[in-house]
Amino acid sequence: MPKDHGIGASSKRREDERFLTGVGNYTDDINLRGQAYVHFLRSDVAHGKINKVDTSAAEAMPGVVRIFTGADFDGVGGLPCGWQVTDKHGQPMQEPAHPVLAQGKVRHVGDPIAAVVAETAAKARDAAEAIEYDIDELPAVIDMKKAVQPDAPKVHDDLESNLCYDWGFVEENKPAVDEAFEKAAHVTTLELVNNRLIANPMEPRVAVGDYARATDESTLYTTSQNPHVIRLLMGAFVLGIPEHKLRVVAPDVGGGFGTKIFHYAEEAFCTFAARALARPVKWTASRSEAFMSDAHGRDHVTKIELALDADNNFTALRTDTYANMGAYLSTFAPSVPTWLHGTLMAGNYKTPLIYVNVKAVFTNTVPVDAYRGAGRPEATFQLERVIDKAAIELGVDPIELRRKNFITEFPYETPVAVAYDTGDYHATMDKLEEIADLSGFEARRKESAARGRLRGLGVNTYIEACGIAPSNLVGQLGARAGLYESATVRVNATGSISVMTGSHSHGQGHETAFPQVVADMLGIDESMIDIVHGDTARVPMGMGTYGSRSLAVGGSAMVRATEKVINKAKKIAAHLMEASEADIELKDGQFTVAGTDKSVAWGDVTLAAYVPHNYPLEDIEPGLEETAFYDPSNFTYPSGAYACEVEVDPETGKVTIERFAAADDFGNIINPMIVDGQVHGGIGQGIGQALLEGCAYDENGQLITGSYMDYAMPRADDVPFYQVDHSCQTPCTHNPLGVKGCGEAGAIGSPPAVVNAVVNALRSGGHDLTHIDMPLSPSRVWQAMNA
Amino acid sequence: MYNFDFVKPSSIKEAVEALGTEEAQALGGGQTLIPTMKQRLAMPAKLVSLSGIAEMKGVGKNAAGELVVGGATPHATVEREAGDYPALAELARHIGDPAVRNRGTIGGSLANNDPSACYPAAVLGSGATVVTSNREIAADDFFEGMFTNALEDGEIITEVRFPIPQAANYQKFEQPASRFALVGVFVAKLKDGVRVAVTGASEEGVFRWGEAEKALSSDFSPSAVEGLSVSADGMIADLHGSAAYRAHLVGVLTKRAVAAAG
Repeated sequence: MPKDHGIGASSKRREDERFLTGVGNYTDDINLRGQAYVHFLRSDVAHGKINKVDTSAAEAMPGVVRIFTGADFDGVGGLPCGWQVTDKHGQPMQEPAHPVLAQGKVRHVGDPIAAVVAETAAKARDAAEAIEYDIDELPAVIDMKKAVQPDAPKVHDDLESNLCYDWGFVEENKPAVDEAFEKAAHVTTLELVNNRLIANPMEPRVAVGDYARATDESTLYTTSQNPHVIRLLMGAFVLGIPEHKLRVVAPDVGGGFGTKIFHYAEEAFCTFAARALARPVKWTASRSEAFMSDAHGRDHVTKIELALDADNNFTALRTDTYANMGAYLSTFAPSVPTWLHGTLMAGNYKTPLIYVNVKAVFTNTVPVDAYRGAGRPEATFQLERVIDKAAIELGVDPIELRRKNFITEFPYETPVAVAYDTGDYHATMDKLEEIADLSGFEARRKESAARGRLRGLGVNTYIEACGIAPSNLVGQLGARAGLYESATVRVNATGSISVMTGSHSHGQGHETAFPQVVADMLGIDESMIDIVHGDTARVPMGMGTYGSRSLAVGGSAMVRATEKVINKAKKIAAHLMEASEADIELKDGQFTVAGTDKSVAWGDVTLAAYVPHNYPLEDIEPGLEETAFYDPSNFTYPSGAYACEVEVDPETGKVTIERFAAADDFGNIINPMIVDGQVHGGIGQGIGQALLEGCAYDENGQLITGSYMDYAMPRADDVPFYQVDHSCQTPCTHNPLGVKGCGEAGAIGSPPAVVNAVVNALRSGGHDLTHIDMPLSPSRVWQAMNA
Repeated sequence: MYNFDFVKPSSIKEAVEALGTEEAQALGGGQTLIPTMKQRLAMPAKLVSLSGIAEMKGVGKNAAGELVVGGATPHATVEREAGDYPALAELARHIGDPAVRNRGTIGGSLANNDPSACYPAAVLGSGATVVTSNREIAADDFFEGMFTNALEDGEIITEVRFPIPQAANYQKFEQPASRFALVGVFVAKLKDGVRVAVTGASEEGVFRWGEAEKALSSDFSPSAVEGLSVSADGMIADLHGSAAYRAHLVGVLTKRAVAAAG
């Protein structure tokens, strides 16, 4: 019997009412008295030396308040990078300056040259067109392998080369790995591209800077997944504003997918300009600007090799990846191809020896950073593709090859520095075989063939490391921040509750799911609990929402704070009932004394806390509000098995997804409906990457896919109805909720399933191929069939 | 968008007069022009809206039995009301999205002559007549290449007359991002022969595939075009498909259009 409230219930998403009726409060809905508007003049060349930016004619245009250029930011810090990777020789990565507005050079199409502040957005744009600038276009570096050649033009003249770092993981293991390859009975090699993506949240980025001269306080309203992180980065590193004089507010956020984690120049600019002009300054990105200024995702070029023994046991894995950083280091960019990627290369398999090499490269393109899954989809894709290729080469069943190599004993220490606490990969594969009706595949293939279509089946597993992350561990790995989360549970006199959390929803349904946790613990109605998030002035501290961490880390902080509330409330209840605290029980919102019929209601206790007439004032303080910080002791490790069935039109190369099934193990589940939605959305994005999306630059660094005319987003008719199951549950052992996180799984697990299926379909049609690079557009598939 | 003057005449005569002034530009449904202006890539001084001219709207039949579509008729109206010419109604049903279909007009599409638009294939494939504010232009004389056509400055497409074929079908293979035609083929079997018009594929815009027309005129069956191919020379090559791929699709879609036309 499904629960109708609390943990495990599919409570309806309460935030959807305002989103669906148009009364959400997004950043662009914020308009402050006297606000001016900024328009950024952006570079239309990928690489160039700035000789002159003459704003004098533009300054005279109607409505112009002031025009800023890079020179105005001489005494101001640049945008900081939040993670320092150390290369395989023990040296820190090359870390270039990232000015708020370009200084000396422009380094990608979209790099801001100047910013016009004017009375209206249209006047700002008019004036931007009147700015006279002279830029000598320089040769651009776009291709990563060309960028690391000794004679390549340098993106940053003050760096030694375009190589940010050359990372080896685990470097000491390399000789043993190489030796295993020499002894292998079979080696499968696959070269592939993990295609560059543009996140495209429905809401473009917006920033509104405000400044109160009376108190010297700055406020930034921004489209962010983590306002406290923005406050830290912008306040401490860019503008030099102490935390108590800087408030960052991220109201409703319309999707982020990672690209709204990072601290952007436009945020710093609006805050800076508001102080300089003593009036609010607002920027709203156009969709075109979003394409050329939001951090992009993925963009790896990889060679992966898998060694097997004569019994088809995986004996070693070796990878060589080029990872695009773009022109500057975005906030967490260096961590994505390293610690979020190399550590996942074991996948669900007991491969004993693994070596991962990653060369991070600067190019004249938009910075690249985390995008839904961040590193883990890149790891999963190459691993699950090379296993499928090995199965083809060895003539064995791809599911059996996987099962043979599954990790079966937990906890499991991988050779890539992480320890999986729980999992049951055979169970999720069993569940997948059932819900995907794999036994019926051959019949469906025949039916497709009768219609002239090639049907293919692709199956894979995935694992991810979520619940990011233990602060002491990530500190050793180069993170320049802690990755705990905080929660304050504020119980009001009448018993209602405000929960302040540092997690911040950008569509995940926190306002529904988090109250379910607290309500379950207290035995009160969910509707008595509201979530407060997205405002540094209202929430003590927070690290934000990414890496499927909000429930595992933010939810755990809430549990700890609620436990403190319960402990104090029991003391009050004990006093009210003249009983021993040890005998007090809380159930269904009633405090009782064990073995008696005495009880007091939740509301009586909370009222007593704030009207302490009959209260143990000598022992405890009035009030009922508790804060907890939770720092996880390990990552969480959601896993699953996915199956995709496609049809390929052999005449046109067009691929359609006919069936898609996902069997996930997310540990315990708070709201099954929200989990379904997260998985659906993730798979949709994965199908987008596999079939449709691909950011392309030409050799001069012009963004070919600069709009929806050329950048193909998945639409409703591109995806099937999904079979989604999360009944396989091996709860996380180290957080109080036993949860693992579900936000990224779909995007991680689905791309290899789609590509495996297409390769399988084409092979069934007699095409002797083992790989096609994503996106598998009709023309690419046709090309592969006719190569 | 830059500032501009806006007029909305209620007759063709008034519209022609309004378009006679310097830097005036006709506005159909605005599905291309307005986005172009928003991107500041076009800056007409005056927009002359054709959407208030009743005589340019609607779908009917004339004495010659032709289907007549007013130049300012939105695609959605054609989709609903061109039942006498089902292949045309079906083509209209797959242009853009509902917003585009309820604003965009046949006249606007033909005047713009986007090389990937659907309507040029239907007009050329049907051997339709484009009627303007001062003359009648046969489809074969109307299209002159990518974004160019026989229209003079200030000339308005008032209606399009389609002979109704014995059988017809349009096959569109969508470009994955824009969902314009990567290649679209319109096949019409008319009483004096078969016409095959191809959109999306050529750098010269919509064109007739003579070899297929000849084969289909003697044998209107998919097998008649089996083995025929168009040259990849002059085909569009871009991110979404090579010239060879587009040339290949022309053959596939022609065959499918014939099969679907029955």
